[in-house]
Amino acid sequence: MPEIAAGKSVVPPIGLRRRVTDQVMTGLAVLTVLVVLTPLVAIFGYLVYRGVGSLNWAFLTQTPKPVGEVGGGMANAIVGSVMILGIASIIGVPFGIGAGIYLAEFGRNRFGSVIRFTADVLNGVPSIVIGIVGYAIVVLYQHHFSALAGGVALSIMMVPTICRTTEEMLLLVPQALREAAYGLGVPRWRTTLSIVLRTATSGVITGIMLAFARIAGETAPLLFTTLGNQFWNLRYDQPTAALPLQIFVYANSPYEDWHRQAWAGSFVLIVLIVTSVAAVRYAVRRGSFGAA
Amino acid sequence: MANPAFPRPDMPGPQPVAAANISAEAAERIPLLRTSGGEGSDRVFQWTITACGLAVLAVLVLIVYELVTRSALSWHAFGFKFFAASDWDPVSEQFGALPFIYGTLVSSLVALVIAVPLSIGVAVFTTEMCPKRLRSPLSFFVELLAAIPSVIYGLWAIFALVPLLSNYVQPFLGKSLGWTGLFSGPPYGIGMLAAGIILAIMIIPIISSITREVLTVVPQHQREAVLALGATRWEMIRVGVLRNARAGIMGGVILGLGRALGETMAVTMVIGNRPEIAKSLFAPGYTMASVLANEFSEATGDTYLSALVEIGLVLFLVTIVVNALARLLVWTVTRGQPARGHA
Repeated sequence: MPEIAAGKSVVPPIGLRRRVTDQVMTGLAVLTVLVVLTPLVAIFGYLVYRGVGSLNWAFLTQTPKPVGEVGGGMANAIVGSVMILGIASIIGVPFGIGAGIYLAEFGRNRFGSVIRFTADVLNGVPSIVIGIVGYAIVVLYQHHFSALAGGVALSIMMVPTICRTTEEMLLLVPQALREAAYGLGVPRWRTTLSIVLRTATSGVITGIMLAFARIAGETAPLLFTTLGNQFWNLRYDQPTAALPLQIFVYANSPYEDWHRQAWAGSFVLIVLIVTSVAAVRYAVRRGSFGAA
Repeated sequence: MANPAFPRPDMPGPQPVAAANISAEAAERIPLLRTSGGEGSDRVFQWTITACGLAVLAVLVLIVYELVTRSALSWHAFGFKFFAASDWDPVSEQFGALPFIYGTLVSSLVALVIAVPLSIGVAVFTTEMCPKRLRSPLSFFVELLAAIPSVIYGLWAIFALVPLLSNYVQPFLGKSLGWTGLFSGPPYGIGMLAAGIILAIMIIPIISSITREVLTVVPQHQREAVLALGATRWEMIRVGVLRNARAGIMGGVILGLGRALGETMAVTMVIGNRPEIAKSLFAPGYTMASVLANEFSEATGDTYLSALVEIGLVLFLVTIVVNALARLLVWTVTRGQPARGHA
C-alpha cells in the first residue's frame, strides 16, 4: 500500500501482530468469497450435469406418464407456465407501469409517498401469502383451481417491482423534454405517453423483465391457485400444470425417473430465467440514452 | 434520482394547466392543439393513472382484509392460545402454531448465523480489496444466486446438500459438538440444519449486495484519514468503513431475515415437515410457510382452513414489520445521513 510507504519515516513500523491480523483478515475475506461461490458452482454444475443428461425429446413433447411408469415429459407444464406467466404479465404490466407513471408524474405529494411505501411493503410480502390471497379472491369465486388464479397471484408480485423501476426511470427523463412538449401545446397525457415514457422505454422494459424473471420460478403462490395438472390444459379457468410445481412434486417423489425429470425441468426453467437476466443486462447496457 | 440540473421534480404541476389554458383560447389558430385533444382527455388520463396508483394500495388492503376476515374463525376459537399451544391436530380440530413459529424463527436464525459473516466478508472483499477488474463480475456472480428459483435450491438441497450433511458433516458435528445438545441425534441430513443452510445460501446475495451498497457510500476521506494515522488495511476497514456502515449493514441483515422468514419451497423440501419442537438442529421441524405449502390445498373444514390463514396473517405481519425496519435503516445510511461522529 503506497500510503504506508509514505508514512514510514514518521510513524513507527507496524508491529508483527497487526501485520499478521491484516493478512489473516484478508485471507478470511478471500475465503468467504470462495465459500459463497461454491454452492453457486455446485448448483449450476448439478443443473447442467443432471439436467442436460436427463433432457430428451420426450421430455419436451409428452405429458407425464402415470405414477410408476417410466418416460413421459413436461410439455404440458412448459406450456402451462407460459400461459400463467402470460396472464400474470397481461394484468401486472399495465398496472405496474400505470402506478409507476402516477408516482413519477403526479405522486410528488404525501399520497404518492403512501403509494410508494405500499409498493415496498407489497414487495416484501411472502409469496405463499400472496398465494392465499389468490385462492381467496379467485379460486373461491370460481369454485375450482385455475390458471387465472395463479396468474392473478403472480401479477400481484409483479406490480411493485415494475412500479418502482418505472418511477425511477421516468424521473431520469429531463424536465426540459416535458417543458418542450408543453411548449408545443401537447396535452399532458400525450407528453407522458409519447415523450416521457417513450424516452424511458429501455429502463421500463428492464424493470418488467426483472419482475418477470422473479415470478417465472415462483412455486409457492401456484400451489393452491393453479394446483397442477397431469394433462394438457389450454383453458384459463381450469387447473393447469406449471414447470416449478411439477419440479416440486417430482423432487419429493420416491421415483428415480421423476427425479431425473425434475432436473430436466429445472434446467429448462433456469435456461428461461438466465436468458431473461442476460437480456436485462443487455438492455441496461444498450438503454443509457434515456438517462440524460 | 432527480436530475440535479432540474432541482424541482414537482415541476409538471403548474405547467399543463398553463398549456390547457392556452389551448382554450388559441385552438382556432394552432391546429396542433386542436387535434391532440384538450382538458377532457387530460382529466381522463390523470384519473386512469391515479386509479393504477390506487390499485397498489387496494391490493394491500385486500390482502389484509382477506387474511383478517378468513382467520376470524380460528382467532375466536383459540385466541392467544393459538400462539402458545403446540398441538396441531386437524382431526380433533385443535390448532396451535407454536412449533411452526419456532421452526420459522430457528431456521432463519441459523441462516443468519451462517450468512451474515459470509456476506459481510464478500462485500468487504468486493469493495475494499479486490482488483477493480474483478469487482463487477464477482458481484454479478453473487447476485446470480438470487436469480435461481427457490424450488431449484430445494431440488439441489435434497440430492446434494442432504447426503453431504448426513454422511460427513453431521457425524462430525455430532462427535465434536454433540455435548452442546444442538448437534445430537441421528444424522438424517433432513432437518433444521439443512433448512438453515439452504436459507443462508439464498439470503447471502441480498445481505451482501446491500452491504456493498452501504460500504460504497462511506466517504473516501474516512478511509484516507484512518490510513493516514498509520493503520493497516484491515484496521482501516474495521475502524473507517465497517463502523461507519453499521446501521446500513444491520438493515441489509434484517432485509435478509425478512426473506428467510417467508421463504417457502426450499425449506419445505428439506426441513422434514414434522410439527415438533426439538433442541437439536439435526431434528426435523416445520415452518409457518411450509405448513401452508403442504396443507392449505388439502385443508378440510372451516376451522382448519381458518387456522392456516391465521398462520399466513402472522407471517404477513412479521415480514412487514421486519421489512419496514430494514428499509428505515438502509434509508438513513444511503440518503447521505452523515454517520455519527466519533463519540
